Amino acid sequence: MKINLKIWRQTDAGSPGHLVDYQLDNVIPHMSFLEMMDTLNEQLILSGDRPVEFDHDCREGICGQCGMMINGRAHGPIPHLTTCQLHMREFKDGDTIYVEPFRGKAFPVKRDLRVDRSAFDRIIMAGGFISVNTGQAPEANGIPVSHEHAESAFDSAACIGCGACVATCKNSSAALFTSAKIAHLAKLPQGKIESRKRVLSMVEQMDIEAFGHCTNTEACEVECPQNISVLNIARMNWEYTLSKVLK
Amino acid sequence: MELNAKIPPGPLKDKWSFYKDHARLVNPANRKKLEVIVVGTGLAGSAAAASLAEMGYKVKSFCFQDSARRAHSVAAQGGVNAAKNYKNDGDSVYRMFYDTIKGGDFRSREANVYRLAECSAQLIDQAVAQGVPFGREYGGYLNNRSFGGVQVSRTFYARGQTGQQLLLGAYQALMRQAAAKTVTLYTRHEMLDLVLVDGKARGIIVRNLDTGEIERHSANTVILATGGFGKIYYLSTLAMGCNASAIWRAHKKGAFMACPSWTQVHPTSLPQSGDYQSKLTLMSESLRNDGRIWVPSKPEEKRKPNDIPENERDYYLERRYPAFGNLAPRDISSRAAKERIDAGFGVGPQLNAVYLDFSKAIKEQGKEKIQEKYGNLFDMYRKITATDAYSEPMMISPAAHFSMGGLWVDYELMTTIPGLFALGEANFADHGANRLGANSLLQACVDGYFVAPYTVSNYLAGEIHSPKLETDAQEFIDAEVQVRAHLGKLLAINGTKTADHYHKTLGKLLYDYCGLSRSKKGLLYAIDEIKKLREDFYQHLKVPGTEEEMNGELEKAGRISDYLEVAELMCQDALTRDESCGAHFREEYQTPEGEALRNDEEFCFVSAWQWQGENREERLVPEPLHFENVELTVRSYK
Repeated sequence: MKINLKIWRQTDAGSPGHLVDYQLDNVIPHMSFLEMMDTLNEQLILSGDRPVEFDHDCREGICGQCGMMINGRAHGPIPHLTTCQLHMREFKDGDTIYVEPFRGKAFPVKRDLRVDRSAFDRIIMAGGFISVNTGQAPEANGIPVSHEHAESAFDSAACIGCGACVATCKNSSAALFTSAKIAHLAKLPQGKIESRKRVLSMVEQMDIEAFGHCTNTEACEVECPQNISVLNIARMNWEYTLSKVLK
Repeated sequence: MELNAKIPPGPLKDKWSFYKDHARLVNPANRKKLEVIVVGTGLAGSAAAASLAEMGYKVKSFCFQDSARRAHSVAAQGGVNAAKNYKNDGDSVYRMFYDTIKGGDFRSREANVYRLAECSAQLIDQAVAQGVPFGREYGGYLNNRSFGGVQVSRTFYARGQTGQQLLLGAYQALMRQAAAKTVTLYTRHEMLDLVLVDGKARGIIVRNLDTGEIERHSANTVILATGGFGKIYYLSTLAMGCNASAIWRAHKKGAFMACPSWTQVHPTSLPQSGDYQSKLTLMSESLRNDGRIWVPSKPEEKRKPNDIPENERDYYLERRYPAFGNLAPRDISSRAAKERIDAGFGVGPQLNAVYLDFSKAIKEQGKEKIQEKYGNLFDMYRKITATDAYSEPMMISPAAHFSMGGLWVDYELMTTIPGLFALGEANFADHGANRLGANSLLQACVDGYFVAPYTVSNYLAGEIHSPKLETDAQEFIDAEVQVRAHLGKLLAINGTKTADHYHKTLGKLLYDYCGLSRSKKGLLYAIDEIKKLREDFYQHLKVPGTEEEMNGELEKAGRISDYLEVAELMCQDALTRDESCGAHFREEYQTPEGEALRNDEEFCFVSAWQWQGENREERLVPEPLHFENVELTVRSYK
């Protein structure tokens, strides 16, 4: 396949960026999107150009490191997929593909397609944990958790922290990411004790980090590689209101 | 130098208690004066950093990923073992110990393995308290599943994302400490050298991968939890960034490497489809509970799998290992697949795969049942291959997966360098020559949460009087000069071949000659070829850009320069072990039926290797293994 690429190139956070045209003549449909990018980089290096910097690591959809806007969509045209799981067979011979970094004021571009998502770490630092030290845990079966609650907590906990929810949201809101952690921990008896304090401090941190507000467009859910539901956001709002009222 | 494993006295079951009762302690007021560097934020690294910070030590945590949560422990699917005996099926600490020793083909230390089993139950308690959403039964109690090589159900799981959930537990504990300012996080930092002062590990040199800046960090102890190096084979189940650089550079500073050639090759990964391929995706071992593995009984079969009649299929695992069948352990299943593929019976466009067929299970249990059990795996298979595995068999192939070998450590997980610890997959300790499924998450967690807090404190108790080390000490200056010289050397070559080219060439060489099966002739050939490849690397490598900026190619080149040295030691290690054990299969040492032939008379030891300088053959220092509690038997799954 022949593929035309328009890729965002930017030296660092302080410099302006722009789209640069590239062409690849021998793209194989079975290649993953990132392997196509590898092929481009090989070509760039050998011709003396600077290769494109992009985030990636596990290449099996679980580490959450990869992420690009592909033709304007976070992780590309297929819903619920990471960029590394996208394959070139989803494109046609002769296609032109726009490749840009994840968007969001709270995700500044570091170089080319790499962005800084450390704001997510700081949201977790604000309270996305259960305060238990090593060695203090009681017998695991001492706290029964119903099958439904455990499964539902897992559904929220499955978030890989890739940031597609932010990148796809017109407000660059981190509500899906933040709410998934709040809901995961609030759904379990171990996490319930701190849930009021947790929701307030995590939401506050989310605001400090310059993420926008959630206006319930539900776009995030469509792109989320782990199918994290917007019901988590409803849960977060409920927990938040509860905490404010009962404060 | 004689290796001293420092195994505590007393009966096996009391050794760890004895150690804990007698380990030296550091008073809380002194702890905040003592600094600890932890490299790596996977399960072992995050767990150790969080636990030591909770105790009051000043911790610095380093990782090359952009967040601690992305370390490769995240990718483990199946589960974590623990001897809880919740199923009342006769499990016990001793049985788990025995299964692990036997699974490792009697090439690991009894005392270490026993401690692993002993601490396993506590780990489940810890993880549940952190909020890890393990699978539950309808009564609300924890559920278990079965894994290869054992007869009880002791595997705890969080769907197919157990590693991710355990890691998030450890990551959250780490972030809690970061918020409390007991841990300082350095993400996107890669360790490039270890700094020794008076023979002790006292710091590291790192490169900030976003800016290219070289930094010096000092501490009272350094913990390496940098994972495995199976990525040396290029095509593997590992993440792209997984590397041997931290442990290898520590090795060159005096830490012994143990059994580096012992690599687990996982039998159920997706096959390679072309030269461009960067990664082999793992399909969980659990699929082998219901899937039947076969190849056509005629070589170079052209028909589609569904058109091949039953009597022209060779279910080779069921044929060779009737007792365990499709659930034979990983090393045996992988080797059996390679044997068929090499004999010309492989399937798929590259003739490099075997079929994993669910048609019988679907006929017997119904599609819905299979969907419920493995739905996410079938979805993943469809995403990657665009094939529906409900209607035609999956194609699978073996892939490099886990490094049993690593830095040699004693019972305290300390390397041969005082003050340098190695935790998790980075060390050689518990798995012997073959790791059992669901024991890797366990080992990483146990090392980090339950062993390091005692053993690191025991070491630090002797360091309370050592002065705070400034990073302008000569040792730091020298190490930094060396690091900068190496980076400069890589950039200056300005040749015509990319780092990936060398990585792929090296990977193929290792897979062919130091992979699933090895021979003296092949290993000697590989050593020769690796030497030539290394020379070529320093003549024709091309790294664009500079060291003073973000430069992904420079990162790769640095890791590959280490791999080119590790690879030679791996071959040397395999060459000097004239026996077959676990994952190490020497063609010269097999039974007439093609099974591994162990030699306990001559090789019941751990091969520890001491660096002797550039381009000099390393020295082998054996650590004899003493078995006082188990009898060495032939590992049979027939």
